[in-house]
Amino acid sequence: MNEAGLIAGMFAVTFSVRFFLFGVAGKIRFPAWMDLALGFVPPAVLTAIIVPAVMMPQGEMWFSLTNPWLISAVFAVLVAMWRKDLLQTIVLGMLMFLLLRFGFGW
Amino acid sequence: MAELALPREEFLQGAKATLPLIVGAIPFGIIFGTLAEPSGLSPLAAIAMSVIVFAGSSQFIALGLLAAGAALPVIIATTFVVNLRHLLYSANLVPKVRHLPLRWRMPLAFGLTDETFAAVSNRYLRKDDLQHAHWFYLGSFLAMYSNWVLCTGVGVMLGEVFPGMVNWGLDFAMSVTFIGMVVPYLTNRPMWAAVIVAGAMAVACATLPHKLGLLVAALCGIAVGVSLHWLQQSKRPSAGQGGESYE
Repeated sequence: MNEAGLIAGMFAVTFSVRFFLFGVAGKIRFPAWMDLALGFVPPAVLTAIIVPAVMMPQGEMWFSLTNPWLISAVFAVLVAMWRKDLLQTIVLGMLMFLLLRFGFGW
Repeated sequence: MAELALPREEFLQGAKATLPLIVGAIPFGIIFGTLAEPSGLSPLAAIAMSVIVFAGSSQFIALGLLAAGAALPVIIATTFVVNLRHLLYSANLVPKVRHLPLRWRMPLAFGLTDETFAAVSNRYLRKDDLQHAHWFYLGSFLAMYSNWVLCTGVGVMLGEVFPGMVNWGLDFAMSVTFIGMVVPYLTNRPMWAAVIVAGAMAVACATLPHKLGLLVAALCGIAVGVSLHWLQQSKRPSAGQGGESYE
């Protein structure tokens, strides 16, 4: 793998997305459908990352009560809905995971 | 605040407001560093990536794709889609920064991460005194950035010392951070539908060639969300915008 090309390419697509609107300083307005679609991008993308990561943590489907990734993720969703606080979600979710994986040796 | 906040004060407040989010980013950065070499990225490239790209989730995804042997164009296309959410953030912030000169807008755009967006958009909600609020933004960005680069370096070193760390499953830190970021969006039915479809499709498409599952799943979720929103609106012309909320 060409590491310099990888980093340059990732920089180009990351910075251009972040800079595009700041660069034109609001002289461009998106059509309404695009504004609407953009609102769905963060949760859709992040969920498409999370679900396989916790359901198939070792590459294969592991839909089971003994899958610590899955159980801790469900727990973290409940904490996030209940506490509505990002830091508590991260800390409690991670503690649950460490407890299941190393405390109980799942 | 009756008095005008000084640039230095704003800068420090920006860094301070970002601290809780940095706590979440610490394991994230360290784990990125430890996973780099086993995934096929050299230690130097891992640190260079954190310095130059500065996009935690994309960097994680890139490692996963590298380890799976994906081709360079696929990794870059996936990075693009994963980062499209920053277009939403910048659309929100552009009214606050459009008056600034380009030498300000460029670094601020570079520093537009999920965490800094969360901190900065809260700052702009306080409408009292925004004259130096861009210093708050800069403080938040530099706090996130220095922590991210530092943690990557720590992770690279830890990975050398404890090569077994890869198998500990600490990449769960990424999932749990994302869960904490997604849940606040779940305020209406189209958003729930978008998330459920994206998640289910991501699992169903996990074996697609070239690791294209993430892209397909995200696009399906967005399409379903938009369609449902339109459907709701056509039934109830006065329905509110499907939107995002940040705590």
